Amino acid sequence: MTDFRDLSLQGLWKNNPALVQLLGLCPLLAVTATFINGLGLGLATMLVLIGSNVTVSLVRNVVRNEIRIPVFVMIIAAFVTIVQLLMNAYTYDLYLALGIFIPLIVTNCAIIGRAEAFASKNGPLASAYDGLMMGLGFTAVLVILGGMREILGAGTLLMGADRLFGPIAANWTITLFTTENPFLLAILPPGAFLGMGLLIAIKNSIDAKLAARQTSPAVKAERVRVTAES
Amino acid sequence: MKLSLSSSPHQRVKRDTGQVMRMVIYAMIPGMIAQSFFFGWGMLIQAVIAVVSALVVEGVILYLRKRPIERTLTDYSAVLTGLLIAISIPPTLPWWMTVTGVFFAIAVAKQVYGGLGFNIFNPAMIAYVVLLISFPAAMSQWLPPATHAGITPSFFDSASLIFTGFTTSGYDVTQLKTIADGVTMATPLDTLKTHLTQGMTYSESLAKPIFDGGVFEAAGAGWGTVSLAYLLGGLYLWKTRVISWHIPGGMLLSVFVCASLLHLINADYYASPLFHLFNGAVMVGAFFIATDPVSASTTPKGRIIFGAAIGFWVIIIRTFGGYPDAVAFAVIIMNMAVPLIDYYTRPRVYGKNVKGRGKQ
Repeated sequence: MTDFRDLSLQGLWKNNPALVQLLGLCPLLAVTATFINGLGLGLATMLVLIGSNVTVSLVRNVVRNEIRIPVFVMIIAAFVTIVQLLMNAYTYDLYLALGIFIPLIVTNCAIIGRAEAFASKNGPLASAYDGLMMGLGFTAVLVILGGMREILGAGTLLMGADRLFGPIAANWTITLFTTENPFLLAILPPGAFLGMGLLIAIKNSIDAKLAARQTSPAVKAERVRVTAES
Repeated sequence: MKLSLSSSPHQRVKRDTGQVMRMVIYAMIPGMIAQSFFFGWGMLIQAVIAVVSALVVEGVILYLRKRPIERTLTDYSAVLTGLLIAISIPPTLPWWMTVTGVFFAIAVAKQVYGGLGFNIFNPAMIAYVVLLISFPAAMSQWLPPATHAGITPSFFDSASLIFTGFTTSGYDVTQLKTIADGVTMATPLDTLKTHLTQGMTYSESLAKPIFDGGVFEAAGAGWGTVSLAYLLGGLYLWKTRVISWHIPGGMLLSVFVCASLLHLINADYYASPLFHLFNGAVMVGAFFIATDPVSASTTPKGRIIFGAAIGFWVIIIRTFGGYPDAVAFAVIIMNMAVPLIDYYTRPRVYGKNVKGRGKQ
């Protein structure tokens, strides 16, 4: 029986696809200029991840080992196409903003990584839950990074929320400050790398603190006489 | 008579990091005087802002890293980084941009990599590049030199410009720039680049007022003198053996050769070698920036290659790139190549041949 609590912990923190596995960095770094772009791509990736995980898990005993990779890729490509068409239909502005990075979800290593490492060895329910948690972990990093870069670079948060949530969200944008000289570095690609490095560093330092708290004070080793007295 | 025997090293002058850094700072004084003579008080105010914030940032990060604070702060490396940033940025830059640049230099480029001695990139140049790509408009706001400006900002005007964005009488930087004969002026490098894209030739561009009164025909007014003053300081550093000739020699020679080749191909479009040597940051870069002992190559042969490659990139980026000056980019590009250069230029160990085998 798979432990769902462990699966959540793995996806969200211990084995986070973006912070620990460092998979899917290309879309991660490319689209996180704003909070909403990050959220949009994160949700799209999560949908693909759940769909592909369930399907791979269902066919795992039918597909022969030798041809499993092409089959996985086709399954993932099918789900990406579905998501792309859905976004084209319902969130057209966001579809335009994310551009090439929606079809590129196919090449996101986090997805085929989960298909190969988890879904091809576990049942559909556990696989679906694993996809959800990995997707949530990935989305969380995209959203945090996008938020950081948007605040630093433009002084706003939730800019363009109506692209994802429709006209109801048109005035959700929070303006923290306005400036004639935006900090362009945060919006430009180097800002993504710097922000990502910072997030990984923060996660590692939290882990180190937790580990230090858990280890009990070291037991003093007893001195053992190793030389024989003659 | 008693003979004293000692093992190597046999260097007689004992210098610690702090002394070397202080000597570099002293060597910058002539250049800084010339620069503030032509471009006003702003640079000195920037120097104070940059040095103070560099020391504060370094102190805070050292405290967070639980490292000795006093010893590191008194090695003057943060002071030098602050001064190098202050002389590279426009004198009227808003104070918070200077502080942002200093933060990136000290906290990101230096301390994140492990502090002095471990930084792979030159911290001052990282600050310059961060500022240049983040605030391109503000970073190109150079006032015309004092000999050409209609109004020279006073000390209080400069301070007011830096802290509020306006002089005491309410002008902003853009207005100050156009007061000089009603002609907008940028740096000579910027002016030439703009003119070339407008279809002028190099000699037509040299006839413009920004090039009047330079020490050479090709060096822009004020800029040539400032470069000469930094050259003087650099020669002092070379004379006192703080730096060796390899990096500045390689870099200046390479700038000269590359610029001459282009100038010989088409003198209407490519600027003369003197123009390239005495404008922008080439002199400061050759003696004060590229010679940073941490991020530069360490072998004699490697240093010549390192300097020459920086000179090559300076000319290539100035001539074909999008930015008017290129010393910061060139230095950072070559900082990345340093491990490779050092690997292939390892000096021969005494008693071994080049391949590292023992000699018979």
